[in-house]
Amino acid sequence: MSSIKIELRKEDVDKINEICDSFGNEQSELINVLHKTQEHFGYLPAEIQEAIASKLNIPVAQVYGVVTFYSFFTMTPKGRHPISICMGTACYVRGAEKVLDEFKKELSLQVGQTTPDGKFSLSSLRCVGACGLAPVVLIGEKTYGRVAPDDVQDILKEYQ
Amino acid sequence: MHLLVCGGTSCRASESALIAESLKRELEEKGLGNEVQVIMTGCFGLCEKGPVVKVMPDNAFYVQVKPEDAAVIVAEHVIKGKPVKRLLYVNPSTGEHVSGSGLMGSYRKQIRIALRNCGSINPENINEYIAREGYAAIGKCVTEYTAADVIDVIKNSGLRGRGGAGFPTGLKWEIASKNQADQKYVVCNADEGDPGAFMDRSVLEGDPHSVLEAMAICGYAIGATKGLIYIRAEYPLAIQRLKIAIGQARDYGLLGNNILGSDFSFDIDLRYGAGAFVCGEETALIHSMEGMRGEPTNKPPFPAESGFMGKPSNVNNVETFASVPVIINKGWEWFSSIGTEKSKGTKVFALAGKINNVGLIEVPMGITLREIIFEIGGGIKNGKKFKAVQTGGPSGGCLTEHHLDTPIDFDNLVAAGSMMGSGGMIVMDEDDCMVSIAKFFLEFTVEESCGKCTPCRIGNKRIYELLTYITKGNGTLADLDRLRNMCHVIKDTSLCGLGQTSPNPVLSTMDNFMDEYIAHVTEKRCPAGSCRDLMKYTIIEEKCVGCTACARGCPVNAISGERKEPHFIDQEKCIKCGACFERCKFGAVLIN
Repeated sequence: MSSIKIELRKEDVDKINEICDSFGNEQSELINVLHKTQEHFGYLPAEIQEAIASKLNIPVAQVYGVVTFYSFFTMTPKGRHPISICMGTACYVRGAEKVLDEFKKELSLQVGQTTPDGKFSLSSLRCVGACGLAPVVLIGEKTYGRVAPDDVQDILKEYQ
Repeated sequence: MHLLVCGGTSCRASESALIAESLKRELEEKGLGNEVQVIMTGCFGLCEKGPVVKVMPDNAFYVQVKPEDAAVIVAEHVIKGKPVKRLLYVNPSTGEHVSGSGLMGSYRKQIRIALRNCGSINPENINEYIAREGYAAIGKCVTEYTAADVIDVIKNSGLRGRGGAGFPTGLKWEIASKNQADQKYVVCNADEGDPGAFMDRSVLEGDPHSVLEAMAICGYAIGATKGLIYIRAEYPLAIQRLKIAIGQARDYGLLGNNILGSDFSFDIDLRYGAGAFVCGEETALIHSMEGMRGEPTNKPPFPAESGFMGKPSNVNNVETFASVPVIINKGWEWFSSIGTEKSKGTKVFALAGKINNVGLIEVPMGITLREIIFEIGGGIKNGKKFKAVQTGGPSGGCLTEHHLDTPIDFDNLVAAGSMMGSGGMIVMDEDDCMVSIAKFFLEFTVEESCGKCTPCRIGNKRIYELLTYITKGNGTLADLDRLRNMCHVIKDTSLCGLGQTSPNPVLSTMDNFMDEYIAHVTEKRCPAGSCRDLMKYTIIEEKCVGCTACARGCPVNAISGERKEPHFIDQEKCIKCGACFERCKFGAVLIN
């Protein structure tokens, strides 16, 4: 399922059980459980999915099927400064692809990857609804609007 | 006096919250903290010029305000009553400052029904919604109307679903009401996935109570006691405001048991999406709400017969719901007097792309594209030439200058080879390559196809590959035939709305811009000059002074030439990165 192997500590398992309990261990609440779990751990590795499956009493395959279906869920940890470039249509026609290329070049990263030091991760997303500021880049909670490829170096410097 | 500060996503991203704080601080310092209120509202719709501050009741519309401007707004406008001219909106055609929002071209043609409260009220205060006839419609329903009366009003109004397909809302409610069950559900589809459309988000952020009230009205009409809002997890502000609104409505007895003392009970919960475009399709949405993969299933059975948890469910989109309370309050006659014969009322469009006034507009059905783009939208950016507008997002098609005077409604858009969709309108200019645009949408579809049915999963991928060949200059005329053929097969054989409409951007660009496709395959040329692989960089000998800037900047050493002599680009080595073009100070690098 994933190349990363982690060992869950007891408190981690307790946390997962607590989240499942808070949704009444309802199988139909799986997506809400995954949201809460990812919010806590930052990502959903295989081991966490197994713990959720056993607690909700459903096959791991079902959990895995849901995790991989939705783009919001990730099985690899995000960087400390996750960079998301909006590739919605409005941003695209205003040059988002060139901005994305610049980030790829500056960080030597592909979309979906995290830098080895765990500092930055790169992803593209579809429309954040701030089309007036297109092209839009999000780093963590911060929004950068009307980004040009030339701005990329300066933006990254803020996180050095 | 009120100072309204836009708290929509776009303006918030440009620090509008800081502006509100600065305004409050200035007012406190001047001892006006109690007399003048600063209110964070929902989206004003003019996102391009954000952050926006509106001073009421003067209607002064300040654009691109900075936190530092708070002092002058308070000192000049609030205290002396003199509007701050330099911050007022400038009419792009006359270059003059406009004194009030009523005189702005972008607002004059609009009729705001679904967006009636966006930008006017504090969305986190239920009293402001109530002060504008809020919850009067549900009151009228439970005291004066039977369930059948409510359905009749909605049917007569001619309201059609704003989510894309335009199915008559009243009819949908009637079907759900006729199915007997111990439990029924009202579902609000707030999984706005069309890239470039953000009207649902603005309604939820700017006027969440209108949706809650409408869902209760629908519950009363179809006999449901539970409502569910399926909302994208990517919309944190909308989720937060919905939660506040639901809490307040419960406190006021407008949700919960025995609403307004009647025997009608109704409550609403939230369900979160997790980023899957296909979940906009109602059967997929319902599966997702049940905690499963959001894969669509065959209809029938329709959700009205067997929906959430196998119970009859009525699914409507946010904008459809937002129009409902007004129809009850003002009557169906009023609503059906707006619009065209078969498309009544108004439609919200998200205007984006290469247009001056990016933002959210609400216009009567039947308005022309010309009015939208050139009057409300303020024309094309940087004085470029209008080329096309994509409506309906990845399921729609493009409209060209031939369609500028076509009245826009559900049926005319379909006749023109596009569709209403959720109301995204992406404007493109002469620099946009239509083959690349089609490829862009197909890339989206390939990523978002759920994989359940073969035509959509494999077919769209093949179309995407063909379009990639073409934009790289490897396509042939036979490929164009193959492309069109495959599009029709996918449309005819896919399981759900996603696959049935995904080839539309290709077919519509082929219908309207066949010359561009042909130029790509026969001349290996991109007429818009946007396909990188088809570009050719050359140096104009007469202009080159031999400064060597281009040669030093070339990452693959494709440029040769002696100092002070004209340089030369080796086409074999050139990777078309454009570095030479950017570096040349003498305009000697030519892109072809």
